[in-house]
Amino acid sequence: MGEAIVITSGKGGVGKTTSSANIATALALLGKKVCMVDTDIGLRNLDVVMGLENRIIFDLVDVVQERCRLEQALVKDKRFDELYLLPAAQTKDKQAVEPEDVKKLVTELKKTHDFVIIDCPAGIEHGFRNAVAGADKAIVVTTPENAAVRDADRVIGLLDKSGIHSPKLIINRARINMMKSGDMLDIDEICSVLAIDLLGIVPDDEHVIKAANAGEPTVMNPNSKASLAYRNIARRMLGDSVPLMALEEKNGLFRKVKKFFGMG
Amino acid sequence: MAGKQHHVTIKGRKDGLVFVLDDSCPFSDLLEELEYKLEKSHQNLLNGPIMHVHVKLGKRQVTEEEKQSLQQMINRRNLVVQSIESAPDAQGKTQHRVMAGIVRSGQVLESEGSLIFIGDVNPGGTIVTGGDLFVLGALRGTAHAGATGNREAVIAASYLKPTQLRIAGAISRPPDEWEIHDATMLFAYMKDEHMEIEKITHLFRLRPNAVEIFRGE
Repeated sequence: MGEAIVITSGKGGVGKTTSSANIATALALLGKKVCMVDTDIGLRNLDVVMGLENRIIFDLVDVVQERCRLEQALVKDKRFDELYLLPAAQTKDKQAVEPEDVKKLVTELKKTHDFVIIDCPAGIEHGFRNAVAGADKAIVVTTPENAAVRDADRVIGLLDKSGIHSPKLIINRARINMMKSGDMLDIDEICSVLAIDLLGIVPDDEHVIKAANAGEPTVMNPNSKASLAYRNIARRMLGDSVPLMALEEKNGLFRKVKKFFGMG
Repeated sequence: MAGKQHHVTIKGRKDGLVFVLDDSCPFSDLLEELEYKLEKSHQNLLNGPIMHVHVKLGKRQVTEEEKQSLQQMINRRNLVVQSIESAPDAQGKTQHRVMAGIVRSGQVLESEGSLIFIGDVNPGGTIVTGGDLFVLGALRGTAHAGATGNREAVIAASYLKPTQLRIAGAISRPPDEWEIHDATMLFAYMKDEHMEIEKITHLFRLRPNAVEIFRGE
């Protein structure tokens, strides 16, 4: 029996889908059998980020409305041994399924996968309830901005209400230099307000944007900082104690010289 | 009475006698001991001029019947019962509800009376009380004390950095100068028409009725 983990944030645009894609991929790279479930019906993105859009035949709504079997709707990612995606429908909206439907479906997936990673839509309405229904645990993604932290806090409260206690926190798009200068909320401040365990900090990294546009999760490129952060997150989820990596940008002489020659 | 605990203490005062009755023993024990003291050990109290007696019950709550039996017991010959009273906090004056947790964004914690909250109130979270509010933690959200119109209510927090404070009908946003950087606990209260902030040390002076006050002996 696997574990279902919902990736949520409340606020939109903080990196739920990116995190879902990268965490699922990182877990698959570590040899786990993983299924991603996109519950953002009507605004599906996970397939695009994963570069699997052109291989979708059936979707989540088709499964719920029994137009196909669950296995038929799963899109296998051929780059990995055991990574699957259950895409959302693009033509319907969130009301097309009920939390009970998603719960049944996730329970089914848990039987055959080590991890079921559920990508939650933004907001706290019907779509959120759908996404949370089948989850055993939750990861809350936030960015170092007041609005994102506020929404994360709200979502932690709502998760608690739906029976998912002590979710884990990912702080995405961290810019250490800005935190140091006080222009951005710093890690301690965020953690002290949200009062949940920190699972990882993902630095702001251009590679993430490039990778998403190329339909390749960042974790596949071992040289980017964000990639390393997501790999560490996946290892922590498996129980390894991996220390938080040093985020400070090196500003040594060598680096400056490299930059001067356009190599930095 | 050697070896037995004293439940009844008799003290002399300018205006008469004070009977201090223990508040943790059974009521019947009190009557028994009173009987014994008045009849045997302190017999000489009964011989003399008329004496007024004040009975202090501590935290014990008594019924009318029990009050009467006390009165009957003491009212003999020259002793006259003047008053029988319990300590003020037993009369519900400072009953505080104590709760712990985190009030997160979008959540509202409501309490009819005064509340001691152990934990943080996050931005976007709200606590509403009919009485006073004491937050043992960070108050970063909104707090409304004396919501039913009690202007005497106070709001105190270990770390007072609220989004907004309300006492009765008054609303206040924290000006920047509120933030006192020493690790000190603050509270907000109403002074005339304005909300004021003061160190927690001054609570007993400014709101002597909010709590039972320790004055030392």
